[in-house]
Amino acid sequence: MLAKRIIPCLDVRNGKVVKGVNFEGIKDVGDPVLCAAEYNRQGADEIVFYDITASYEGRGVFLDVVRETAKKVFMPLTVGGGIKSVEDIRETLRAGADKVSVNSQAVKNPQLIKDGADIFGSQCICVGIDAKKIADRKWTVYINGGRVDMGIDLIDWVKQIEQLGAGEICLNSIDADGTKEGFDIEMLKAVCDACTIPVIASGGAGKINDFYEVFEKTGATAALAASLFHFRELTVGEVKDYCKRKGVIVR
Amino acid sequence: MVALIEYGAGNIFSVKNALDYLGIENKLTADPDEIRSADALILPGVGAFGAAMESLKNSGLVPVIKEEAKRKPFLGICLGMQLLFDKGYEFGEYDGLGLISGTVEKISEPGLVVPHMGWNKLEICFDSPVMNGITSDDFVYFVHSYKAVTDMKNIVAYSEYGGIVPAMVSDGKYVFGAQFHPEKSGNTGLKILANFVKMTF
Repeated sequence: MLAKRIIPCLDVRNGKVVKGVNFEGIKDVGDPVLCAAEYNRQGADEIVFYDITASYEGRGVFLDVVRETAKKVFMPLTVGGGIKSVEDIRETLRAGADKVSVNSQAVKNPQLIKDGADIFGSQCICVGIDAKKIADRKWTVYINGGRVDMGIDLIDWVKQIEQLGAGEICLNSIDADGTKEGFDIEMLKAVCDACTIPVIASGGAGKINDFYEVFEKTGATAALAASLFHFRELTVGEVKDYCKRKGVIVR
Repeated sequence: MVALIEYGAGNIFSVKNALDYLGIENKLTADPDEIRSADALILPGVGAFGAAMESLKNSGLVPVIKEEAKRKPFLGICLGMQLLFDKGYEFGEYDGLGLISGTVEKISEPGLVVPHMGWNKLEICFDSPVMNGITSDDFVYFVHSYKAVTDMKNIVAYSEYGGIVPAMVSDGKYVFGAQFHPEKSGNTGLKILANFVKMTF
């Protein structure tokens, strides 16, 4: 049976982890390569690096980080942030990423999903979505880090990106994000019911049972969290042990 | 030396990184002489069956691959594994390398999430040097939408996903194929790659 995945996400700016990670025994907590290695040791199933660098020079440093990580950590690596073209996808995959995550740019230019999937294969095109509830069982898609409402219906967008060849969706709930009150179960259920590609749950994880709940109540095949793991409130291993005890299949 | 066959398909660097990490001498190459003189061959691949077979044909390497696969350990990975079979049915019907009998077909079960993406448990069918030290409790990383359909005698290990998904296949001699990505499967995957290379001695 396929195991449910637990995925830590790291924000990287100019080659350094933004929030800093509280890992025991690691001095330079800002080094993304060390953080990835530590998450690997904890049993993470994938790692996401999210580049929030604004400058061209910063991008080069970021891709060096991806390259270094791919030499030392032998697990799937997804890279998001700053990907605007087929050339960006190519460069990122060549640096050692297994998947790229496109978000705002995919909304502005959906053809990027199709071109990326046609050239590199669906398996490496993950579409990130930020969505917010507007009415009962209705959500709209936001871009630019959840700041701009595009007025696009979430479910329509999900169906469209599956059609265009996306291999996976990373669904972030703007309402749940940062609340630590659990994943957005209702929205995740609606999205999982609307497509047959894998869906990663993102936003809202605050306690260990939230992971069990999202796997129990929705079709999400993976759950992502950032600060919860960064600040060592929970380790990936603890989450997996807990889920396993409750009968969820994890690695 | 392990030759990593370079034919323009997929992220070959991940496999190279894993071999480098293991201290195994390797080279990315499309040169028939280097492929002939290598101790073992790895055929990686990501993307679509037809397009990959086309690049392989254009590279002129099909005859040398078929010849050398009879003489030395040969490992296809992911799409490289699928190309080992007779035919693939991704976006049409295409001939494969025909090194193991079988076809490659879409994973389709009502309600099943596709691609088969993530870590799945291996069920080991029979002993093989490539699976030394690997047990039926080990997980490996998959990402694919098509799977091999082949006789059980060719299946060294499989995973369950809407039925049997052949995970490690072999012709019983030198040819092996991993549907999963050993280079992305942590210590389990590294062990499998090391086992494969050990077969050259």
